[in-house]
Amino acid sequence: MARYIVSRVGQALLVLWAAFTISFVLLQAMPGDAVLIKFQNPEYGLSAEQIADIRAAYDADGSVLPQYVHTIGNFVTGDFGYSLQAGVAVSAQLAANLPSTIRLAGLAFAAAAVLAVIIAVLSNLSGFGRLRSFIQSLPSLFVSIPTFWLGIMLIQIFSFRFRLVPVINPGEWEGLILPVLTIAVPISAPMAQILLRNIDEVLTRPFVSVARAKGASHAFVLWQHVAKNAFLPVLTVAGVLFGELLAGAVITETVFGLNGIGSLTEQAVNFQDVAVLQAIVVISAAAFVAINLAVDLLYPVLDPRLKTKLGAVS
Amino acid sequence: MTILEAGERHRNIDSPNPLDWISAAPAAEVATRAPAKARSYTLPIQPGLIFAYFILAIALLWAVAPGLFTSYDPVQGLPGQQLKAPSALHFLGTDALGRDLYTRLVYGAVHSLTGALAAVVIGLFAGTALGVIAGSIGGWVDEIIMRVVDVLLSIPALLLSLSIIILLGFGTVNAAIAVGFTSIASFARLVRSEVVSVRRSEYVEAAFGSGGTFFKVLWRHVLPNSLTSVIAFTALQVGSAILQLSTLGFLGYGAPPPTPEWGLLIAEGRNYIATAWWLTAAPGIVAVLVVLSVNRVSQAIGKAQR
Amino acid sequence: MTISPVGRLEGTVLPAPVLDVSGLTISYRDQNGTRTAVHGIDFSVAPGEVVALVGESGSGKSSTAQAIIGLLPENGRLESGSIRLNQQDIAGWPQKRLDGIRGSVVSLVPQDPGNSLNPVKTIGRQVAEILIIHGKASGAVADARAIELLERVGLNQPALRAKQYPHELSGGMKQRVLIAIAIALKPSLIIADEPTSALDVTVQKHILDLIDELRRETGTAVLLVTHDLGVAADRSDRLIVLKQGKIQEQGRTADILANPQSAYTQRLLADAPSLNIRQRRVAAVATASQGEASDDIIIVEGLVQDFSLGGKDKGLRALDDVSFRVRRGTTHALVGESGSGKTTTIRTVAALQKPTSGKVIVDGLDLSAPPRETLRLLRKKIQLVYQNPFGSLDPRQTIAAIVEEPLLNFEPVPRAKRAEIVASTIEKVGLPLDVLQRRPHALSGGQRQRVAIARALVLDPQILILDEAVSALDVTVQAQILALLDTLQRDLGLTYLFVSHDLAVVRQISDTVSVLNGGKIVESGAVEDVFERPQSHYARELIDAIPGKKYPSLAGQSLSTHSGNIR
Repeated sequence: MARYIVSRVGQALLVLWAAFTISFVLLQAMPGDAVLIKFQNPEYGLSAEQIADIRAAYDADGSVLPQYVHTIGNFVTGDFGYSLQAGVAVSAQLAANLPSTIRLAGLAFAAAAVLAVIIAVLSNLSGFGRLRSFIQSLPSLFVSIPTFWLGIMLIQIFSFRFRLVPVINPGEWEGLILPVLTIAVPISAPMAQILLRNIDEVLTRPFVSVARAKGASHAFVLWQHVAKNAFLPVLTVAGVLFGELLAGAVITETVFGLNGIGSLTEQAVNFQDVAVLQAIVVISAAAFVAINLAVDLLYPVLDPRLKTKLGAVS
Repeated sequence: MTILEAGERHRNIDSPNPLDWISAAPAAEVATRAPAKARSYTLPIQPGLIFAYFILAIALLWAVAPGLFTSYDPVQGLPGQQLKAPSALHFLGTDALGRDLYTRLVYGAVHSLTGALAAVVIGLFAGTALGVIAGSIGGWVDEIIMRVVDVLLSIPALLLSLSIIILLGFGTVNAAIAVGFTSIASFARLVRSEVVSVRRSEYVEAAFGSGGTFFKVLWRHVLPNSLTSVIAFTALQVGSAILQLSTLGFLGYGAPPPTPEWGLLIAEGRNYIATAWWLTAAPGIVAVLVVLSVNRVSQAIGKAQR
Repeated sequence: MTISPVGRLEGTVLPAPVLDVSGLTISYRDQNGTRTAVHGIDFSVAPGEVVALVGESGSGKSSTAQAIIGLLPENGRLESGSIRLNQQDIAGWPQKRLDGIRGSVVSLVPQDPGNSLNPVKTIGRQVAEILIIHGKASGAVADARAIELLERVGLNQPALRAKQYPHELSGGMKQRVLIAIAIALKPSLIIADEPTSALDVTVQKHILDLIDELRRETGTAVLLVTHDLGVAADRSDRLIVLKQGKIQEQGRTADILANPQSAYTQRLLADAPSLNIRQRRVAAVATASQGEASDDIIIVEGLVQDFSLGGKDKGLRALDDVSFRVRRGTTHALVGESGSGKTTTIRTVAALQKPTSGKVIVDGLDLSAPPRETLRLLRKKIQLVYQNPFGSLDPRQTIAAIVEEPLLNFEPVPRAKRAEIVASTIEKVGLPLDVLQRRPHALSGGQRQRVAIARALVLDPQILILDEAVSALDVTVQAQILALLDTLQRDLGLTYLFVSHDLAVVRQISDTVSVLNGGKIVESGAVEDVFERPQSHYARELIDAIPGKKYPSLAGQSLSTHSGNIR
């Protein structure tokens, strides 16, 4: 077991290192020297001397390899460099923006999970007829909606038409209702689809017939036998859902004008602020890797089949 | 043991259809013998599917021959016709510059659809090549390719495409390349897992057993049988690419104004949500309908091939 | 509870039947419309009686069983007829009402123990559950009762087993657990739906013995659904023969076996290998028996095969010092239960994997260190036919392309010549030429297996390796394929390496046999010697477990019925 954990953690670190390298290659090692592009802009009114100072500060003149080693060393110690646009440490920007994004994403994730379970449960209660087929088609509708459009439509409908949620100066929590919903709807769709498909699949397995043959009712079978078997595989897509959640946050913060990692990302792209974007890319890759690692380590605890296999191996 | 092998996990995470994301491992272990499927979705006529084909046909015609559908100009506004609500004259209303919104949607189809198509072609070719190489050669080649794929998948698609846009700059072509790049990893993963599962089949072993060489067997059995589900996945990716491109367009990284790209149309209409609701509602509904139709057709292809 | 005597006389006053089915009609809906699977059948089961429902695939035996317990698949429908269980007609009952009797009045022993237990629940919970559902016990009482039940069905360490998960138990143990569930509430009727078809033959015997023993003890009636006539003959009081949803014949088992009335039953009895334990045909061996020792076409010596399990683990020794020889023109059988190493052996002989150590010589070619060209030469000499004709044919190719393919792998043959060879091979395996343009899915299982044989024959090989090649087929189809193989061997002088878990089949078609257990050969020799006078304990146990022993007198009779080959 210990060996399994060590090898899993090692693999995770390897993926993370490679993700850093890819982002470095994409963002910093390419000739389109962002520092030059930006600061040569006459709007800044910087002298050639000042630009040279800045270049030196960012180590932009060094050749690629030392720069790479330098940057990776900094990343490991939590130093993500300076934002070219804001002129402050990237780590400070992240620290300022992370909490609100985590709150938004966390609430959205919870809402999405609730929505998905509601869809799965409703569509498996028999006797619903037309309503049932409508509910089952909801997830495929939800995945087809552009997130940003959904946000705008929600504002249009709930704020302007029905005036239920104020757009200007809403309360702290009140202002989160529509953004959370905007992210939750597209995220709930994949969860619901996976749940629905798994439930369908588990229901065809022989042990379900055996449970029915014991005299168990449909509801008993669903809760006692199908639920856990259908839910476990959802965990394996947790990392992917996280990526979707982050993308949803980027778009939603832009649409609703909220502060957070999302709006930071948007600004970074607009101003070609590579240091900020690279920090965000690496941090989200780290989160993805950490989530998958957690799932891999948690899965054997939840699924007895894997537990024994690991025991046998270690 | 095999269940834990990360390389065996089959997640096509860029797909808008989450069914492709799921790891096949736990189910595959249990479902050693396929139970007789007791499905009853066999409606002889599928109105939804016919409707989907109809929508796609119209969207394609918009892209190919926009002039057939409208007589207005997509870029030049009509004086005195600013921000008119939908009417017989402008059946989806007009924007702040007096341009007919319906006309702009029709002319925008070519940008949204060709962009999506180009993106999918990039992902399809690069991903399929990588997947076939990894799946059929195996060994360390497979190991390296799949680790790279894992890494690409660890970066959220939107961030990956934004990084590429920073590298290449804004614009329609660059946005399509960025979106296409993000789908390479999922294509590679799908193709590899298909190739591997076909390779494990008895008919491939039988082909080797009757003296077939590696390339003959690859050409005769492995490729034709692997590509079936790739086609369905490709269709699905078109829908996903339309969504991703419209997102980039909305954020302002795609086509520059006054291009009537659908995402950009929504972004432009955003300033008037309080007064001109049609400017955001109509392009969004068109995009949703097209994506829904693409997904529906992909689902039909997938079922027919199973 | 009274136990009804076996072999009741006609005319005596019968106790009311536990189960009385009349006019039962079942249909399925699918793409092509509605298909009737069971056509108005009538039968009954008396208390304590074992009634066997036998038939081939598509006979409707499983549909009947599922209908009785109210668990037809979603697209199945009970069209008409009555199912009287303890005098109550349950045919029209809604699922909710059926829940009350399922498990308590009628219970099920399923087909596939491997997938019939919930993988994420403990054994104990799954047994206790039936008591809880019916309100017979709860909490610690139910758990204790579950352990008692596990002990009753012969599981060692029942308290430990109760805490384990299904994957930690063997197939036989899982089936015992499922039996424990089925008997927990002492139902009047147990439906055993192919209870042992997924199990090895020695395990099958123990499971059937257990069902028998429990039935005697509680007086429960058993409806035994099976495709295996040997099992039905050994275990049932009465026999119902189904074909395509209609009853061909029903009556006392002994009567039917001794004097089958319908032509179908006669054929079924003639084709069942387990009921036809008899001397093998002699012709093919005649020449071989006088052959010299040098005419061994396959020589396997000291074969060892290890599989690494990854990491630094010791790995698994799948084969341990396996040696045997096969004389040209004869059939050598490798028999053994799952995990015995028989598949590994043939894969090595077919050069599909390299042995860890040991020697394999096929027709003078040493495979221990084969250069590439040797390997390709070998492909022309040796061909494999797989168990599952659904998986071994490429679904996208036409039959013509499938059979032609091996010809394209060697020196070029002109197109016209190829077509000619393909056509003659297809005829050789007894298929009409119009199959050539079809694809595998349009053919039946037996036809597909003939195509697989044709593909193997098209290179004109000397050796065919038959990997459970008839195991997935219905008994009448199986008999036809075995007859075909026999004819081909005589006509073409082929050597067969025949792998099977079915000893009855092995006895019927092979000349020599090696018995494998745990990767070692425990016994080998001529078929008659091994079957009549097994030396090793394991071989004896294996042979004793072959079903169909109860009516040894039939062996002689069926010889006369089995006249000629049925195509």
